[in-house]
Amino acid sequence: MTDHSTYEFLRQMADSWGLLAMLISFLILALWPFRPGAQERNEQAANAIFEDQNDGE
Amino acid sequence: MENVLARTGLLYALLVLVVLAIAAAADQAFALQMTIVAVALCTAIWFTSRSADFDAIAKGILKMPDAETRYDDDPVRWGVIATLFWGFAGLAAGLFIALQLAYPVLNIEPYLNFGRVRPLHTSAVIFAFGGNALIATSFYVVQRTCRARLAFPSLARFVFWGYQLFIVLAATGYLLGVTQGKEYAEPEWYVDWWLTAVWVCYLVVFVATIIKRKEPHIYVANWFFLAFILTVAMLHVVNNLDMPYSLVGSTSYPVFGGVQGALVQWWYGHNAVGFFLTAGFLAMMYYFVPKQAERPVYSYRLSIIHFWSLIFLYIWAGPHHLHYTALPDWAQTLGMVFSVILWMPSWGGMINGLMTLNGAWDKIRTDPIIRMMVMALAFYGMSTFEGPMMSIKAVNSLSHYTDWTIGHVHSGALGWNGLITFACVYYLVPRLWGREKLYSLRMVNWHLWLASIGIVLYAASMWVAGVTQGLMWREYGADGFLVNSFVDTVSAIHPMYVIRALGGLLYLGGFVIMIYNVWATIAGKTREEGMLTHTPYDAEADRPAIPAAAN
Repeated sequence: MTDHSTYEFLRQMADSWGLLAMLISFLILALWPFRPGAQERNEQAANAIFEDQNDGE
Repeated sequence: MENVLARTGLLYALLVLVVLAIAAAADQAFALQMTIVAVALCTAIWFTSRSADFDAIAKGILKMPDAETRYDDDPVRWGVIATLFWGFAGLAAGLFIALQLAYPVLNIEPYLNFGRVRPLHTSAVIFAFGGNALIATSFYVVQRTCRARLAFPSLARFVFWGYQLFIVLAATGYLLGVTQGKEYAEPEWYVDWWLTAVWVCYLVVFVATIIKRKEPHIYVANWFFLAFILTVAMLHVVNNLDMPYSLVGSTSYPVFGGVQGALVQWWYGHNAVGFFLTAGFLAMMYYFVPKQAERPVYSYRLSIIHFWSLIFLYIWAGPHHLHYTALPDWAQTLGMVFSVILWMPSWGGMINGLMTLNGAWDKIRTDPIIRMMVMALAFYGMSTFEGPMMSIKAVNSLSHYTDWTIGHVHSGALGWNGLITFACVYYLVPRLWGREKLYSLRMVNWHLWLASIGIVLYAASMWVAGVTQGLMWREYGADGFLVNSFVDTVSAIHPMYVIRALGGLLYLGGFVIMIYNVWATIAGKTREEGMLTHTPYDAEADRPAIPAAAN
């Protein structure tokens, strides 16, 4: 591939399939903590830093 | 014993190589730099071969508690001390160069001129002060949130000392005139290679500690720390793809040239802000703000959205440093759009941090450390609003290359990174040294207000200076010629430079108070001082009403 066609290929990939793949993976990751049943897990995770407070202190 | 022998042998072999490099050095600066490496190696050999209990010596000097704690906190303690040491050096260098700009006579040629001390200042505050704070807090937080001791303790110690050697090599290199000329990536190829080795070890220690965790969930602070370590590794390696001129010389040439080189540099530069100064310090925020407030983070879900939005958006924002240059227009616009979108997750994170105090707002009045954290978050919010605004092309045409940019960087660096680090150190020191409390809470309060007034003077004077410069540079007369020469703008903003230096002096003054406070806390002293809040009580009035007839 010439330099120019490499650029064109990457450019077109980036603003079509690449963009779509990025958007979908972002949405999945960002919405993951909102899945049903995640509420309790989130609360546990947020409060875990307060258990065993005196460890090593 | 065999272990000691093998280590000493390895160090000796390295020492021989380094001495040969000094002998064959292509330039004097390289020879001097390798001499520093040789001294560091000799020190390491001395400690290793005498089988000196290095930890015990450090424990004595730094007055560390004798009791063996469940967690491996020695590297954290060293990191806290190093943070304070390099912080003082970096802030003092900053004040010095601020004064150089106001009073050029202070440019001491050649070693202490502005061009050499300026990268010393930026690297000292970002990589030495900020980097040590990040290493120390990440080692502290990852152990607590994973309920596991650090994996590979000796590798963790190598990370700490290796990183200090990187700082010393970088700093002395700048003063000797050794530089790649890339902003925030000034160290030359051999220092870059050394940092890469140290950083990979850092990644190994951090990930291995997470792998051996006893806690099912990986707390969100560790996500931010991991993103910081991984991304900085990637940025550092790609931006420093250079070909050394000689393997025993201090010069190299970049692989990428022209506008590609510029884009790689600002892809690196802006993500250094995004992942070193933002993701890493947000990790501190997500652990220490809830701990100090004794409340869980406001919304754990918001923190996950905050994380993924930063990761997906920040990496595209770099081109806004290259508006109106040879960079293709679409790339500039892309950088601008992503910068503006970034405003949302940044404020999401700020709100998440501030709202953690929901239901405990009185702590802002009673707890100076919480007050410092809130001030840090406020500056995080302000600078992450200012940044996207400045990345808009129309605004950038006025602000670019002016002191407005410098003001923006400092409201973020002094306000957000500085204050959140100070708050974390105030949280850590009594716990790490087994003291009941800090030497003085009132001094924390003094530190906070000196720093805040300093930042306000700094940011305000740089706004005025920047807008003045921007307007004077673009002013055309009726005849179609520029009205002002460059030196006209320089003399117009001289008063602003003096005010900026005053702001820096106040900030440094607050930091000196902190150093004294931390030193006294480590020494085990407690200051007798009044309460921070006082509820008045009038004994005279504390009685039943006297009937009028009795008078």
